[in-house]
Amino acid sequence: MATQTHIEVVMPQMGVSVSEGTIVKWLKSEGEATKADEPLLEISTDKVDTEVPSPADGILDRIVKPEGETVPVGTTIALITPTDAAAGRSGVLESLAAPSGAGTHEAAASVPNGPGGGRAFVSPVVARIAAEQSVDLSLVPGSGRGGRVTKKDLLDYIERTAGTDAETTPRPVAAPAPVPQPQASSAPHFETPGERHERMSQMRLGIAEHMRRSLDTAAHATTVFEVDMSRVFDIRTRLKPEYLEKHGVRLTYLSFVARATVEALRNWPWLNGEVRGEEVVTRGFVNLSIAVALDESKGLIVPVIRGAEGLNLLGIARAIQDLSERARAKRLIPDEVQGGTFTITNPGGYGSIIGTPIINQPQVAILDVEALVKRAVVISDDNGADAIAIRPIMNLCLSFDHRLIDGAYAVQFMAEVRANLQNWNEERY
Amino acid sequence: MPEMTYLQAISDGLRQEMRRDERVFVIGEDVGVYGGAFKVTVGFLEEFGPWRVIDAPLSEIAIAGSATGAALMGLRPVAELQFADFVSCAWDHLVTVAAKQYYRAGTPVPLVLRLPSGGGFSGGPFHSQSPESSFTHVPGLKVVCPATPRDAKGLLATAVEDPNPVLYFEHKHLYRRIKADVPEGRYTVPFGKARVHRAGDDVTLVTWGAMVYTAAEAADELRGEGISVEILDLRTLQPWDKQAVLESVAKTSKLLILHEDTRTSGFGAEIAAQVAEEAFENLDAPIKRVAAPDTPIPFSPPLEKAFIPQVADVASALRELVAY
Repeated sequence: MATQTHIEVVMPQMGVSVSEGTIVKWLKSEGEATKADEPLLEISTDKVDTEVPSPADGILDRIVKPEGETVPVGTTIALITPTDAAAGRSGVLESLAAPSGAGTHEAAASVPNGPGGGRAFVSPVVARIAAEQSVDLSLVPGSGRGGRVTKKDLLDYIERTAGTDAETTPRPVAAPAPVPQPQASSAPHFETPGERHERMSQMRLGIAEHMRRSLDTAAHATTVFEVDMSRVFDIRTRLKPEYLEKHGVRLTYLSFVARATVEALRNWPWLNGEVRGEEVVTRGFVNLSIAVALDESKGLIVPVIRGAEGLNLLGIARAIQDLSERARAKRLIPDEVQGGTFTITNPGGYGSIIGTPIINQPQVAILDVEALVKRAVVISDDNGADAIAIRPIMNLCLSFDHRLIDGAYAVQFMAEVRANLQNWNEERY
Repeated sequence: MPEMTYLQAISDGLRQEMRRDERVFVIGEDVGVYGGAFKVTVGFLEEFGPWRVIDAPLSEIAIAGSATGAALMGLRPVAELQFADFVSCAWDHLVTVAAKQYYRAGTPVPLVLRLPSGGGFSGGPFHSQSPESSFTHVPGLKVVCPATPRDAKGLLATAVEDPNPVLYFEHKHLYRRIKADVPEGRYTVPFGKARVHRAGDDVTLVTWGAMVYTAAEAADELRGEGISVEILDLRTLQPWDKQAVLESVAKTSKLLILHEDTRTSGFGAEIAAQVAEEAFENLDAPIKRVAAPDTPIPFSPPLEKAFIPQVADVASALRELVAY
């Protein structure tokens, strides 16, 4: 049968935590020839934007998912007829229109705009929920066999569209362009004069989902520690010119905190761990996630310093600088934003002095580095006499997942981070 | 709590019942002097004497018949068949007399029949069967299939207390292989109440007996793939905990039934039918069964392995359901 000669192009898995992607632009049109590894389309995920290469030499037979559509990983997005099978393939398109009982072509049948308008199987539970919630199933992306809408797909869809009118707010799944076109509808659509509406970016949607999911997953608790940074302040002042001239690296307080944190994580491995089902996962390495705000504070990306336990102060400072520069230039590759085991966020640069950050799932803790502020503090001299002194003080806030981490565990870790900073050991770090 | 094997837990439970209630006695082939084919009743003859530990002739119908009679006369027999396979010889007494006596004459038959069942050790066609479903089809009989040492002891106590004939299927492959903490002293485990062996969200797996452990291994394998399986151990098949199954299916919408018995008319068929009748609108995939093929049980180890459902069979059925 001619239909067995084509190759399916699927939405690629861009990382373990990425479950869906948006088709930004098709670089080839239907009927056009393409070569193996030649860029076929551009996609965008909540982590990165990238190009997808063609899996084979051949002809792009059919674009199954149009630009603007967001589909789960593994969904068929196009069909290519390989060059060696291209001869005598005229039956391919026609056969797609008829949903067959079995085989891989049912994917095409679930496409709302697909030729022939075929439908994938609707299970009893999906039929019931769709009826109860008045959901138009043709708007729901399917991840089941042959593109079938599973119960989970439907529940996810209902959750995503909750608060909006599923009838009048089309998901881009069925839309032909990235910007959803307003649909003619009799239902009222409220828009106050003076308001401006714009669609959230893929990254914004990803962050929104991730933040909500994290709060729904972890039992967040936050502890705040004051750290006297006098010693670090002096060392940084001394090393800063040398780092810049010799290594081209800006030595930041963040680098000191990162180094001190990685050191303390050795002794408090659960904070570098993960809750997986009913198991605790711990590791002999630290992949340090660093939260980087993007331009105009629109969005956030969290690149990962792999093997941070093997880096000294210079190594960490260099890694932070490199990753944050490339993050802002959108030049990170997917692997560089995955697999983090502990996150540090750094809002202190803007003057913030206390924060309660949200944990970066599936991690169990996030350290928040606050502004360095000169404060009048009470110190005691060697004879026990008290005095008021001016000291550079920095607050470190740790949000931890109380499901796994007890308060006593978290604060002992923090005490160790503080000690590492206050008694900074230049030879060791 | 002391740790006991599944076999020790049965033994412990039985001894406790005999110490508690003088009416309780055991009868079976070699249960006395020899201590039972699998040594469940070792030391019983010494402790309870020949009036309460009776070596029977090699006749299952005689064992079932005399136990039925004793139960009618107010005693509490716990009879043992060496292998559940030979229960066919006792069929007439169990099905025609014991099961229907209360309906016909209003006289209860508080009889417990212990039936070592199941395969996994090259016992061949006469020493490996799991005939529990046959008796779920007989109104008047109760059918018990413990999977854990704790349940083995608690369900035995409930069986002795029950005024009806109870068929107690003990899985031979679990006897010395499964070990766990078992409470000291007497306790009962209710009939008709399933046990959540493991909670999960993506698929419901209903099973009982030795297959609980096969199910758990398969679920372990799938956990690594991010699939969470809810395992229900039915514990008793007659009565069975339909409510628990329906509730779990309402959550997961996908059901796999696993049993060691052959497929056609196995108890899985009954579960599948009831779920289809009562929870059709909760299903997101066809109900699946993993069971033994419809053949006698082979002697040859590789063939027996092909016959009894294995971890890989269960894992692949689960994957299919999840991907559906």
